[in-house]
Amino acid sequence: MGSISKRPPPAVPHGFNADYLRIYYGKLFPHVDFFKWLSYGNDGKHPGCDQSYVGRREFSFTLENDIYLRFQSFDSVAEMENSIKEKCPFKIDIGPPAKRHAYAQSGNNVFVPVERELIFDIDISDYDDVRYCCSGADVCKDCWPLMTIAIKILDASLRGMLFCNDFGFNHILWAYSGRRGVHCWVCDSRARKLNNEQRAAIADYFRVYKGGENTMKKVSLTGPVLHPLLARSYTDVLKCFFEDKLLLSQQLFASEERYRKILDLIPDENIASELHDKWQGNRRSSISKEDVNATRWEQLKTTLQSGKQKAQGLRRCVEEIVFSYTYPRLDMEVSKHMNHLLKAPFCIHPKTGRVCVPIDPNNCDDFDPTTVPTLSQLLGELNADGLHSNSENDWERTSLEKPIRFFRTAFLQPMLKACKEELESAYNAKLQQSKNSLACYAVVLAIPDS
Amino acid sequence: MEIVRSHRQIAAAAAGGGGGDGGGRAGGLPTYRLAPQLEVRLEEFELFAIDRLGVLKGIADGLSRGKRPEEMEKLVNELWKARMRRQDPAETLNKDIISHFVLRLVYCRTEELRKWFLSMETTLFRYRFRLESHESQRMLMSEFQLPYKALPHLEFEAVKDKLSQVARSIGQSATVESVFFKVPFEEVPDLVASRRVFLSKGYAYVAMSQVVSLVVTQFRCNISKALVLTNRKWMATIKEEEKDRLTPIVEALSNAYFGPDYSQPKDAVEISLKDIDQLARTSFPLCMRHMLEKLRENHHLKHGGRMQFGLFLKGAGLKLEDALAFWRAEFSQKVGSERFDKEYAYSIRHNYGKEGKRTDYTPYSCQKIISATPGVGDHHGCPYRHFGEENLRAALNKMGVSGHPLEEIMDKVKNRHYQLACTLTFEAAHGVSCDTGINHPNQYFSESQNMLKAKNQAVQSQPTT
Repeated sequence: MGSISKRPPPAVPHGFNADYLRIYYGKLFPHVDFFKWLSYGNDGKHPGCDQSYVGRREFSFTLENDIYLRFQSFDSVAEMENSIKEKCPFKIDIGPPAKRHAYAQSGNNVFVPVERELIFDIDISDYDDVRYCCSGADVCKDCWPLMTIAIKILDASLRGMLFCNDFGFNHILWAYSGRRGVHCWVCDSRARKLNNEQRAAIADYFRVYKGGENTMKKVSLTGPVLHPLLARSYTDVLKCFFEDKLLLSQQLFASEERYRKILDLIPDENIASELHDKWQGNRRSSISKEDVNATRWEQLKTTLQSGKQKAQGLRRCVEEIVFSYTYPRLDMEVSKHMNHLLKAPFCIHPKTGRVCVPIDPNNCDDFDPTTVPTLSQLLGELNADGLHSNSENDWERTSLEKPIRFFRTAFLQPMLKACKEELESAYNAKLQQSKNSLACYAVVLAIPDS
Repeated sequence: MEIVRSHRQIAAAAAGGGGGDGGGRAGGLPTYRLAPQLEVRLEEFELFAIDRLGVLKGIADGLSRGKRPEEMEKLVNELWKARMRRQDPAETLNKDIISHFVLRLVYCRTEELRKWFLSMETTLFRYRFRLESHESQRMLMSEFQLPYKALPHLEFEAVKDKLSQVARSIGQSATVESVFFKVPFEEVPDLVASRRVFLSKGYAYVAMSQVVSLVVTQFRCNISKALVLTNRKWMATIKEEEKDRLTPIVEALSNAYFGPDYSQPKDAVEISLKDIDQLARTSFPLCMRHMLEKLRENHHLKHGGRMQFGLFLKGAGLKLEDALAFWRAEFSQKVGSERFDKEYAYSIRHNYGKEGKRTDYTPYSCQKIISATPGVGDHHGCPYRHFGEENLRAALNKMGVSGHPLEEIMDKVKNRHYQLACTLTFEAAHGVSCDTGINHPNQYFSESQNMLKAKNQAVQSQPTT
C-alpha cells in the first residue's frame, strides 16, 4: 500500500451501503478489464472474432433488497458499465455464455450453456471439524492457511509447470471470495470447452475427502503407494503444513476431545486405546519442555510406523490423518456443472465490505484476508486526495491499485494474447479449409452468414 | 429397420458376416452405428426388447449395489447369457442389434429416459468389450477410428517410473505394461476421475488394459447423439405414423419397466403438516427419518438434503403450502423467516414446478440416493451406504431394530446390498415380509401406510364380528 498507509486516510463511516457502492462502481470497479476478460478476444477487429460471443454471457445481479435479476447480458462494455452503475448490484454473479434451448417453450427462460470456465469454490466453513479457532464464516490467520494450501495443491496440478503439471492449463485466476473462501477460474479455451462429465472427472480427480456427517473416517487411501498427485501433495505441501503449522496453531492434541478425534481415525482399536491411556496418564507437567502437540504426534507416528506394524493399513494411517486435516475440500457441485453461477472478482462482499481481490498463487502465503481493502477504506483513500477527483485513474490512488495491476499483468494480458493467437490460427485454418474445398470441388460456395 | 407382421423371418443382412447392416462390429460386439436394414416380426420387436431390458435392469441393480468391476463383469456376462444368447451366434447378433434399436425408440423420448438408457447401454458395452480378445479389441478401436498410436519407446522410458507408480497405486503389479496410448485427458474422464492414469501436461497415459475407456467414451458419444436424433424422428413422424402399431408397444415398454415415478401422490393421498412426526415414526424409511431428525435438531438441511427429503414429502402427499410452512417453521429458527422467504422458499416452489423451467421434479429413487456423494455437513444419501457402522447401528436401534434382525441387516450392508438391508429394516419394523423389495423411499412409505391401514381395519372390525 506504500505511501497511502503512512498517513491514515480520513475516516469514512464503517460499513457497506448503496451510496458507497455507487461511488465504487463509478470510480473504482475495473469495468474495462472485466469486460475484456469475459470477451476472450472476441471484442476485437479481427475477422475471426465472434461478435455475438460476449452478448450471450449471463450475468446475474443481486440488488439491495435481495431481488435477483437473472439473465442479464451486455453487448458492449458501455452497456455493462451503465447497467452496473444504474442498478448498483450488491453482488454480481457470472454465469456461462448460453444459447436459448432449441425446444424452449415460449415465455420460459431455458438456456443451455455453450461453454464455461472451469471453476472451483473452496469454503473455510467446510473445515469446521478441523479448526478450533473459528467456525462458520469466520476466518483468522490460524485457519486461513488451509485455504492457502488448497490454492497451492490445485494450482500446481492445473497449471503448466515444470515438474508438476497434470492438466496443462495456463490462464488461471484465483480470487478471494470476500469472506470465507477462495474461487478459482480456469479460463483456457480448452477448459471452457469441457463438458459436464469431464468437469466432474477433474473434480473427482482432486477429491480425497469423502463422506457426509455420518461416517467417522472420511479419507481412505488404498494401494501400496499413492497416486503421483497425492504423493506430491503430501511430500511437497501437506506434511510440512500439518507438522509445522496446523498441529500448533489448532492445538490438535491439546485436549482429550481433540486427540480422541484423531485416534478415531486409527483402525486398530488396541493401538488407539494404548495411545489414549498413555496421554491421559501423563498430563502436561511431565512433558512441559516440548510442545504437547508435537510430542504426541511423534508418539503416534512412531507407534504406527514401527517395525511391529506389518499391516499396510496402519502405516498408511499417518498419511490419512494428515490428508483428513489438510487436503483441499472442494464444493464439488460448483465444478461439475456448466450452469453454476459464481461471484465475480472485484465485487464487494456485503457482510465484510471487502473486495473480492485476485490472489497471486505464487505468493499466496502472503495473502491475509484481514487486510484486504474494504469499501470504506477505499473511499477514505479517494477522499484523502480529493484534488484529483474525477480523473480516469482514480483506482491508482487506492489500495486497489495492486490487485488491478496484478489482474492485468499476471492474468488478463497473457490470456488475451493466447486468445488472439488462437483466433488467428482458427481463422486461418478455416480460410485454408474453404480454399481447399474450392480447389477440390471447383464449385462456388455460398459464403456463410452473409 | 422394417417391422412386419409376417411370420417369416428375414434378418439375413445382420446374420451375415460382412457389412450391409451397418451395425458395425468386430467379433460378436456390434457398435450400433446404423439401423440395420432388416425385417422384424412384431412379436420379436417386443420380446427382444423385453429381454434386453432385463439385462439393462440387472445392470442397474448391480450398479446400485456398488458392485466392483470384477463383479460387474461376471454379472453382465451371466445376464447376457441368460437373456440374450441364442444357439446360433448369428441369431444372437441379430437379436442384439434389433433389441438395441427397439429400446432406442423406447428410451429416446425424454431426457430422463435417455440418460438411463445411455448409462446402462454404455455399461453393458464396457463389460462386453472387456470380455473380447485383444485382437477384436484392436479391431473395435480401429472401427471407432481412434487415431492413437502406441507411445514411442523413448517417451515411454521417460515416464516409466510414474506409470509404475500409478499402476501400484491402483493395486496392480509394479511391472509396467508395455503398450500405452497418450491421449488428451478429456477422452478418458472415468480414468481421470478415479485417478487410474498418469496425467501430464493435459495428456493421460492409458494402458492397453484400460483402452476400454477410450472406446467407451466414443461409444457413449455416438449413442448419445443418436438418441437425440431418434427423438426428433420420433416426434416428427414415427409417433403419429405408428400410432396404431408401434407407439403403444413403445410406450408400454418404458412404463412397464420404470414403474410409478411417485412424482404425483396417488389421488386422495395427502399428508398434513401436523402428522409428519407421527408418520415418520411409523412409515418413513431410515434415510428420511434421519433427515427429519436432523432438521428438527439443527433447523437446517443443506441443499442435497432439502432435495432428497423435500421431494420425498412431496411424493408422500405434502401440498406446496404445507411444505412451505413446514420448512419455514424450521429454517426460520436458524436463519429468520425473512431470509427463508428470500433464499429458500424459491427452491421449494421450484421443486413443485412453480418456478424456473417449471419441471415437476420427481422424488429420488433408491438408486439415485445410493449413488449420491454426501459431503461435509450433509445428511442425505442412503444410511446403509453412507453411514459408518456404529452410526448405522445406533440409528437402527433408535428405530427399535436390534438383535438378530439387526445383525442380518448389517450383514447385507457388508455385502453392499443396501436396498435389501432397507427391505429387512422394513420387515423388522412392521413385522411382516416385504416380497417386492424396496426400490424407492416413497414405495417404502406407501407400503407401510397400506399395511397399517389394513391392520387398523382388522382391529376395528374385530369387535363387531
